[in-house]
Amino acid sequence: MDGDICATATTPPDSDPARKRRVHGMLKLYYGLNEEGKTVDQAESMNPCDINGTHFDPEVYLNKLRRECSLGELMDQESCMVKQIRSLDSDMQTLVYENYNKFISATDTIRKMKNDFKKMEDEMDCLSTNMAAITEFSAHISGTLQDQHAQITKLSGVHTLLRKLQFLFELPARLNKCLELQAYSQAVSSHRRARCVLQQYSHMPSFRGIQDDCHAIMDKLAQELRQKFRDGGSSAKDLSECVELLLQLDEPAEELCDKFLIHAQSRLEANLRGLEAELRPPLSSGPTSVIDPSIGPARRLSAAPTAGSPTDPTSLGNPFLSSSSRTDILEFIDRGCNEFVSSLCLVIASYQELFVNRPQEGNLASKNIPHMAIGKLHAFVDAMATCYFSLVERRIQEEKSVGDNSLLVRALDRFHRRLQAVAKLLPGSAVPSQGTEIVVRAARERIQQYLAALQSFYLDSLRDVRQALAAPRLGGSSAGGGSHLAGPATGKDAPASLPELLSSLSASILNQIKSVMASVQLFTAKDITFSNKPYFKGEFCSQGVRESLVVNFIKFVCQSSRQFCESVGDRGGSTPPALLLLLSRLCLDYETSTITYILTLTDEQFLVQHRSPVTAVAALCGEAREAAQKLLNHYVKVQGLIISQMLRKSVETRDWVNTIEPRNVRAVMKRVVEDTTSIDVQVSLLYEEGTRKAHSSDSSKRTFSVYSGSRQQTRYAPSYTPSAAMDTNFLSNIHKLFSERIDIFSPVEFNKVSVVTGIIKISLKTFLECVRLRTFGRYGLQQIQVDCNYLQMYLWRFVSDENLVHFLLDEIVGSTAHRCLDPAPMEQSVIEVICERG
Amino acid sequence: MTEEELIPTSSSLLSFSLFPCCRPLSVSLSRSPSLSPPLFLSPPLSFPQIHIIDFDDENNIISKSVLLHQAGEIWHISASPADKAVLSTCYNKTSESRVVTCGAVWRMPPEWESGSHESPDDPHNSHNPQNLELLCHLDNSAHGNASSVLWEPMGDGTRVISLADNHALLWDLTESSTQATISSSATLEGKGQLKFTSGKWGPHHNCTQLATANDTAIRGWDLRTMSQIYCIENAHGQLVRDLDFNPNKQYYLASCGDDCKVKFWDVRNINEPVKSLEEHSHWVWSVRYNHSHDQLVLTGSSDSRVILSNMVSISSEPFGHLVDDDDLSDGEDNHQYDKSKEPLQDSIISTYEEHEDSVYAVEWSSADPWLFASLSYDGRLVINRVPRALKYHILL
Repeated sequence: MDGDICATATTPPDSDPARKRRVHGMLKLYYGLNEEGKTVDQAESMNPCDINGTHFDPEVYLNKLRRECSLGELMDQESCMVKQIRSLDSDMQTLVYENYNKFISATDTIRKMKNDFKKMEDEMDCLSTNMAAITEFSAHISGTLQDQHAQITKLSGVHTLLRKLQFLFELPARLNKCLELQAYSQAVSSHRRARCVLQQYSHMPSFRGIQDDCHAIMDKLAQELRQKFRDGGSSAKDLSECVELLLQLDEPAEELCDKFLIHAQSRLEANLRGLEAELRPPLSSGPTSVIDPSIGPARRLSAAPTAGSPTDPTSLGNPFLSSSSRTDILEFIDRGCNEFVSSLCLVIASYQELFVNRPQEGNLASKNIPHMAIGKLHAFVDAMATCYFSLVERRIQEEKSVGDNSLLVRALDRFHRRLQAVAKLLPGSAVPSQGTEIVVRAARERIQQYLAALQSFYLDSLRDVRQALAAPRLGGSSAGGGSHLAGPATGKDAPASLPELLSSLSASILNQIKSVMASVQLFTAKDITFSNKPYFKGEFCSQGVRESLVVNFIKFVCQSSRQFCESVGDRGGSTPPALLLLLSRLCLDYETSTITYILTLTDEQFLVQHRSPVTAVAALCGEAREAAQKLLNHYVKVQGLIISQMLRKSVETRDWVNTIEPRNVRAVMKRVVEDTTSIDVQVSLLYEEGTRKAHSSDSSKRTFSVYSGSRQQTRYAPSYTPSAAMDTNFLSNIHKLFSERIDIFSPVEFNKVSVVTGIIKISLKTFLECVRLRTFGRYGLQQIQVDCNYLQMYLWRFVSDENLVHFLLDEIVGSTAHRCLDPAPMEQSVIEVICERG
Repeated sequence: MTEEELIPTSSSLLSFSLFPCCRPLSVSLSRSPSLSPPLFLSPPLSFPQIHIIDFDDENNIISKSVLLHQAGEIWHISASPADKAVLSTCYNKTSESRVVTCGAVWRMPPEWESGSHESPDDPHNSHNPQNLELLCHLDNSAHGNASSVLWEPMGDGTRVISLADNHALLWDLTESSTQATISSSATLEGKGQLKFTSGKWGPHHNCTQLATANDTAIRGWDLRTMSQIYCIENAHGQLVRDLDFNPNKQYYLASCGDDCKVKFWDVRNINEPVKSLEEHSHWVWSVRYNHSHDQLVLTGSSDSRVILSNMVSISSEPFGHLVDDDDLSDGEDNHQYDKSKEPLQDSIISTYEEHEDSVYAVEWSSADPWLFASLSYDGRLVINRVPRALKYHILL
């Protein structure tokens, strides 16, 4: 309380508004206008000492003051109180004055208003009388004008009619003019406007005349449109406009469709002719294309042997690049796409816009044009696409050489991609699927071509190897030479390169396969549209690439290798034996590792899913092994034949009865040993040593016990006592019992010892058989003894089981003794001396 | 002591040994009225002789008689088709340290004919063997060494052909074969030293054809003009060893050679063999068609094996006997039809490995079509029978 009062007291000269507000607040309080705090009121009102409260009790207040305050304070309180009372009084006086002034002015205003309203009431009265007069006049005027208005309305109706009539009468002229100006669309729209009317009033002669005129003109117009349509020089847009106009002229839609399509056909055919012209090899470039294939292989031939290194795909690509003097397939397909396919699409689009997607109007709707039109369109598109496809296929078939597959794939991709546009424009058309079929066929054919290329590459490589093998041998011993002179071991130079030839051959084949696979893989690349077709995901990979390309090639390798055994066998060694050996090793390598590697590679690269049965790796390996075995057997046979021919000739051509006492080992035996040595070297280059039975300590020196002197005498006494016969018979059988049967041409194992053993077996068996066909004199027998001893000295080291050589040589000497007229064997010591002398 | 040592083996009917180094020579089966076919065998170099083996089929008894062939070592024997006592040989004659091969026709002594055969139990007979009686020499000194003498098949024993080096000589035997005159001859001409290695007189076309082998070539001759009809160059990769005509199917010829192969030819198309077998592992020395069932082919090789093959596909009766079809009732007809629909495949019937040394000769019995003999260098003669199952299959 006193705070409040003090505050007002201490800050009276403060800002006016603040004070005013406080004053207002207090007044409000006084008049009970305070709404904001009844609780406050109640709280305050209970205090009787509150000077501002409603329950203020002056007595209590005074008592309180008197009790609590000092005199000074009371004095201060009293002066403060007085001051407050004074200010309150002045405030109250101001308020009363102000309100009084306002009241006075309000009273004045009310008085003035009273006067004004009275004047206005008079004016309003006047106005209402005037308005009544105006209404009266207006009614009067409208009454007078009624007649004329009706007349004018009628006149204006007549006017419109006349204008229409005038249009009708002017129509022919107007149409003519339009015709002259070639504003066909205007003419048609004019005519359309008039048509109904003319139709309706055609019973009146004048209208009829106009109608006839119009018809004539419109016929002419239609004629002209048709002419224009037929001429075809105009653009597609013009054409479609033409068609639209003609349709509006009630031309039969079917005919129009046909005509439109015929027209489109002529244009498309022009495109096709352009394509075909590219297809047909131009006469000028004819000769080059004839020459090229011959250049290609020749170049390859000359390049490959010199390199001897794996021929990389670029060298294979060369002939292809040179031969394509004409536009390549990508260009061709591009042109086909840009010209034919895009115009086809345009035709389809405009056709559909014209005939199919038209809003159905009136009587046209009943004819079900879209259905008919779609049918025609399908037939048309199919026909055109067939022509196009046949051209494309011809072109694809010309793509014989297998150099750069990416070009073909890209071309096919583009071909396929562009056909999708047709599919979008014309859903349900067979064209895209046919296109896909073409792509599939092309891919299949491609695989075949690659197979052929691989095969020819393989044969070329073989030829190269053959030449490489033949070249260093030219001066040396030709097969089965039969010259008994001991020449230098010519075989040694050639086989030195055998392992290199083998490795380069297999590496180049492998590289070729890889490069072909890389090329073929383009077909399944992700960015190629047709790669996600089911064929390319499944069958292409498994049947196409794996089976018909890779597996077939491996089979081909085996087969062609086997052919070397069969075709050559009869005609006598046209294949160099070294090649047989090399191929056999190649097939063996294939069996052990290469086939698995290639097939794994294929499966990985093409993610082959074996839905259809595929050739198992084991089967292929078996085939390769069989081929290897066959080749090696054949090698043994051929080499054995060469040596046995020498032996046979040497036995057959000599007169063994009258031969002189042996002084030397016959040259042919030295030759046999030399050849065997060179064969041994040759085989060891490609095959491992193999196992052999332990040699006895003196393998090279062994006497042939069979014909020891004493027994010979009893055996061949010139009487045939039973005991003698029995004796020999018995001995012979005992002997045979302890020696194993020898399979002469038995299959050899894949090692050197087995191979050389096979060759020696064949040679010695031949020697044996030849000896049995001859009759020998004493020295003949001794010569054979010397020869056999010489062979014994040198051949044991090559074979797996030296007893084999012993047995056969024993048998030879034994048989010679049987065939001898005067069997007097030579002393072993003499034989050894002769043999060591050489 | 017996000369033959019977070595019964599991598969063979009989085998026994004669002399060691029993060369080639032939096992020639003459036509005999009895079941038992006589076999002519060869001798070794030192004491040339002919063994006549008589095989009693029913009792499995073999009897042997020996005839001396004094003239020399025999390389080839063949029996006259008309007179079973007459045979021809090619033999080596050694004179002045030269070896010449000659041909001669012989008659066996009458004792043999009378049937006094030597039995295995009676070895003493061999102490005084009979000599062959010389009928005539096929004097070919002008023409070189004879490699074989061929009788006219089914003939009356008056015509023989001898092959001498590069000549084929046709002889007429007159006056009970004591006189031989050359009626015509053919000469093989060409570069190098050409020599006939073997030959065969064809039984077809009225016996007017001769097939010969020289080196790797097979030639056919027309005996009427003595001119060459055909020549299969390089018939075998190496030397051709033997030939045989299919007895029932004209134009068909089998050959064998050093390339281990047996080939079957249709001489009307000489570019390709009809069939080629490669079962032996060494030279094939002999090939023989069975006289009655020509699908059965016998081969002997120096790999010591005898192989009996069933060449159904090129035989004269590729579908087996169909004769009985008519007799069958309707109900069984279907069954029979089914059976004949699956003809036997060409196959090896069996391989006989009884021999320990090279087999130089094989021959079918002329009396019993299921019997055959083979002879190896060590002198072992093996007589075998066609497996029973196959026999019935062929017959039924």
